[in-house]
Amino acid sequence: MANRRDFIKVSALGIGGLAVSASAFNILKAAVPQDLINKDSDPQKGLRRYPTYCEVCFWKCAGWTYTDEDGKIIKILGNEEDPHCNGRLCPRGTGGVGMYNDKDRLTTPLIREGEPGSQTYRKASWDEALSLVATKMAEIKEKYGPEAMALFNHGSSGHYFGHMLKAYGSSNIVAPSYAQCRGPREVGFTATFGSGVGSPEPTDIRDTRCLVLIGSHLGENMHNGQVQEMSDAIDKGATIITVDPRLSTAASKSKYWLPIKPSTDLALLLAWIHVLIYEELYDKEYIDKYAFGLDQLKKHVKNMTPEWAYGITTIKPDVIRKTAREMANASPATIIHPGRHVTWYGDDTQRARAVAILNALVGSWGRRGGFYFKESLKLPHYPHPEYPKPNWSWRETMNGKYPLAGLAISNTLIEASIPSEENKHQIHGWLVSGTNLPLTMPDKATLAKAMQSLDFIAVVDTMPMEITGWADVILPECTYLERWDDIRVSPHREPYLALRMPAAEPKGDTKPAWWMAKQIGEKLGLGAYFDYEDYTEVLDWQLQKVGSSLEEMKKIGIKKFDRKSGGLYLLPGEDYEFNTNSGKIELFSTDLQAEGFDPMPVFTQHAEPPQGFYRLIYGRAPMHTFSRTANNPNLTALMHENTCWINPKVADQWGIENSQYIWLKNQDGIVSDFPIRVRVTERIRWDSIYMVHGFGHKEHKLSLAYGKGAADSYMITNVMVDPIMGGTGMRGNFVTFLTEDPHV
Amino acid sequence: MRYAMAIDTRKCVGCSDCVVACQTENNVPIGYCRDWITETVDGSYPNVEIELRTERCNHCDNAPCVRCCPTGASHIVDGGAVLVTPNKCIGCGACIQSCPYDARYSHPEGYVDKCTFCNHRVIKGEQPACVSVCPTKCMYFGDLDDPDSDVSKALKNRKYKALAPEAGTKPHIFYMI
Repeated sequence: MANRRDFIKVSALGIGGLAVSASAFNILKAAVPQDLINKDSDPQKGLRRYPTYCEVCFWKCAGWTYTDEDGKIIKILGNEEDPHCNGRLCPRGTGGVGMYNDKDRLTTPLIREGEPGSQTYRKASWDEALSLVATKMAEIKEKYGPEAMALFNHGSSGHYFGHMLKAYGSSNIVAPSYAQCRGPREVGFTATFGSGVGSPEPTDIRDTRCLVLIGSHLGENMHNGQVQEMSDAIDKGATIITVDPRLSTAASKSKYWLPIKPSTDLALLLAWIHVLIYEELYDKEYIDKYAFGLDQLKKHVKNMTPEWAYGITTIKPDVIRKTAREMANASPATIIHPGRHVTWYGDDTQRARAVAILNALVGSWGRRGGFYFKESLKLPHYPHPEYPKPNWSWRETMNGKYPLAGLAISNTLIEASIPSEENKHQIHGWLVSGTNLPLTMPDKATLAKAMQSLDFIAVVDTMPMEITGWADVILPECTYLERWDDIRVSPHREPYLALRMPAAEPKGDTKPAWWMAKQIGEKLGLGAYFDYEDYTEVLDWQLQKVGSSLEEMKKIGIKKFDRKSGGLYLLPGEDYEFNTNSGKIELFSTDLQAEGFDPMPVFTQHAEPPQGFYRLIYGRAPMHTFSRTANNPNLTALMHENTCWINPKVADQWGIENSQYIWLKNQDGIVSDFPIRVRVTERIRWDSIYMVHGFGHKEHKLSLAYGKGAADSYMITNVMVDPIMGGTGMRGNFVTFLTEDPHV
Repeated sequence: MRYAMAIDTRKCVGCSDCVVACQTENNVPIGYCRDWITETVDGSYPNVEIELRTERCNHCDNAPCVRCCPTGASHIVDGGAVLVTPNKCIGCGACIQSCPYDARYSHPEGYVDKCTFCNHRVIKGEQPACVSVCPTKCMYFGDLDDPDSDVSKALKNRKYKALAPEAGTKPHIFYMI
């Protein structure tokens, strides 16, 4: 977060060191036409607006893109009817104009020249670039079968390429948002309630009386609707309990901040479960009626007392008891938040299970102020021929491991791309859409080996990223503000549809993903799967089927429908069957037991940092998302580099000063490519450091982001894989400090 | 009629949406800002408190920037907003030096620029852009003379403070604590 003086300093650099002196002003002023200065006092005259939903993060807030009299996109505002944003976008959504205006955007298709691995590209026509993709895909199909082609994707564009790939014969479609992010909580909650959490999370925060955040930094992660509801909850006097080794923004708003020793959260959760059961504070009626396995659980946590947890977590027993009682007092309007990025220590499904069990004990699932029953509208699929049945899928690449993975695992598909004796299901080609794998994936060595082994990589993106440097063909996509996309159907308290339409012509020679997928499909002889000229035909057909139309949606942007699945919450005494083996909430998981895993969560000790090393903890800043906003001119103006948070005692020991630049070295000797600025702060424990993810870009073409800050993911070489579902635990990495440039 | 703003520091998460919204609403050049976020940290681990504040021109009653302006470009309009008329401004920067809140900057087009309380929106009955986009709804704007305005209601039952009261500027941005 820039303070104002930093801001000015940065800006002066940004415009070529424009001097701030009175004489310079006069010279400048003389050069500026007077009519520019005398412009109308209303800068927003003559605007037109077009409906959209945001693509900067996954929250997909609906809004309006505004263009000026020249048709230039100038601002984006939230749609007041949309429950994701309630008319208020977050800084990234408001700053989405920067994605459109970014001077470094990809503007033309590019084809690699010369040897594989060379970094030289030449401009190509769309026909040449797409023909090359189709030819390579046909070759892969011919040589190895269509299953050898995989799609790595994130965001709206993945759907079109997924459809094309399924038509071609492969179901190897994967998003890192599962195994590198929220997968464990989906499995943990499904094992407990028979239903995953999904996105947006059905947390009834606006009506909660007690919100418990386990390392979840709401407010720094701008999951818009949730942050808004947290603010409502603060207004209503809800108790917030935050467990975090760092005084996060949310922790600073909390009645209780529990600065836990990192990697010990599961011990705290089990001690809370112990207190709720042994002090008989749990919701007895709810548990009796809906839950299975209380007796086993009671026996299981018998010795997991707050005193036991104190020695592990450093959280005092009376604080553990007091906070457990707060949760019980507010029950059932208590939310122990499932979190979102939960791939931490490799036992993450079990930690998510403990969170789910706690929610069951306070009776919050299906209750006001807890979790509501979400609902979305099902849009019919636009007709197309049946997909061919693949001979094998991503599940075979796991070789019998990770039995409860509900979606494809990116790390196993990456491993499956490396030839070896045991690899019987090798991937030979990748299509990558909207995900910058080098900054997303831990364990860079394996990723690089996989990419070097492939016959072919095509990358679709709006920006030159680290991943585009690995591509054989680069397909430049127009931004979300310049294209039609699928109707948003994400679930909420009521079902809503939201439309995205272009507000301006695509810049340069960029194209929407639906068009690219259709072209590739047609070149592969799969035209029957793309039976439309323009994607608006698909949208209108779908909308007509549910009683709306493209014409209507263009005017309103978002449309609400009535619920059909019953109430938001359980009625008093209502009979309800959960989608588990027992039909009940499973405190004791029969699924996990059947697969040979602990049916109830067990605490395991994780490695601690060696002398002189600190645990690497990473997270988000409210104005950035993934690694994709680090070059956005509006957002880099707010924050142009990440910092390394260090406790003052540690900084003192090292003789490191605030704002000094240092390099980081991890336990495996990996050194950060670029220096990172130190933030000495009392807001963090002495055994950990913290940095915001998404910085430290190595791609030279990102003129604002290149070399700014350090990349956490490059420091993550120790990966603890969750044996239940394949998630990559990334919080077991330790770094030390280098004060001299190690690269000279 | 006296416009003012109240900001609830218990709710502000320092996301900076107010900064971006001001930029896109008012054509503030990238790299400059009319509003910004300040974070203060008190105490030592683990007894630490932070305060996040969105800051901007305080639209003072006793505005030193208006008093020191040699051309009359800086002036106060009905409702109390302090504004700058660009074509009257010679960019001398006296106002920048006089402001205890560091709220003004030199626009690359050669004049001094600052928060206008979104006067162009307020005269149409709308909220300032920063207030209208804030995801936490931590900002309240309105007429202090009207007891039913958002700002009067917000301040009624809460403790609040102003910044740099010792400067004697009679500021009109209030922070609820």
